[in-house]
Amino acid sequence: MLPSYLTMAAILFCIGLYGALVKRNAIVVLLSIELMLSAVNLNLIAFSKYGAVPALTGQIFALFTITVAAAEAAIGVAILIALFRARGTIHVDEYDEMRR
Amino acid sequence: MFTFDFTGEFAAFFILSAVMICGAVLMISLEKVVHMVISMAAVFLGLGGMFVLLEAEFVAFVQVLIYAGAVSILMIFGIMMTRHQASAPQPRGKTFEALAAIGVLCLFGIMFYAIRQTSFPERGALMEAGEDNTMAIGELLYTGYVIPFELLSVLLTVAFIGAIVIAKKEAD
Repeated sequence: MLPSYLTMAAILFCIGLYGALVKRNAIVVLLSIELMLSAVNLNLIAFSKYGAVPALTGQIFALFTITVAAAEAAIGVAILIALFRARGTIHVDEYDEMRR
Repeated sequence: MFTFDFTGEFAAFFILSAVMICGAVLMISLEKVVHMVISMAAVFLGLGGMFVLLEAEFVAFVQVLIYAGAVSILMIFGIMMTRHQASAPQPRGKTFEALAAIGVLCLFGIMFYAIRQTSFPERGALMEAGEDNTMAIGELLYTGYVIPFELLSVLLTVAFIGAIVIAKKEAD
């Protein structure tokens, strides 16, 4: 079963990467990044059950990842709201002051 | 390597992965942002079910609480606080989209090839304390991983205070 779980995680990661690259709405970009992090979690937990040395360490790492992802989501939404107040848009390609 | 005997786990895995892939593809292709978040919640719930399949019950419930609950609601709040009437901004140029799709497909091909080629070692001894998953995780968190655990709580506190400070209206 391990290869199918890994393939599933790879599919999720690739969809998330595509969304993060292509989408213009910054909230959707944040969601795609969350999707990529979740794919990594799936890998960690799959190896925690089916790896050569099954151990709970993978689950602990997944918990840490979930915590950091929650902090990242909170900070990301806060920055988005502040940016929206300042610029009036949440389209990522309109935040281009640094390259003009 | 990809030969399965049809067990209950495989059936559940198949259904869950179908739900998750549908949710993720809908997330990419839907028009309105709120609908994207809802389909994303479906992906997170499916992921929680997959964690239950992998005997990680505690992580599964944390996943449902944090991702399907908190993060989705936070994203919906973010949408509501920003401009959400203007749904479906016209996508970037077609060439950029095609290039991104080709790159992502190449990445997936490489990963799929690597997964197919690797011969994973046989499963070792059964995981200890698989009976009471939550208790085992708690013991491990407060013995072996207590320092990262405390560091992480400090990180969370700092991050949330920072989020409040950033999102607060500047007094002008």
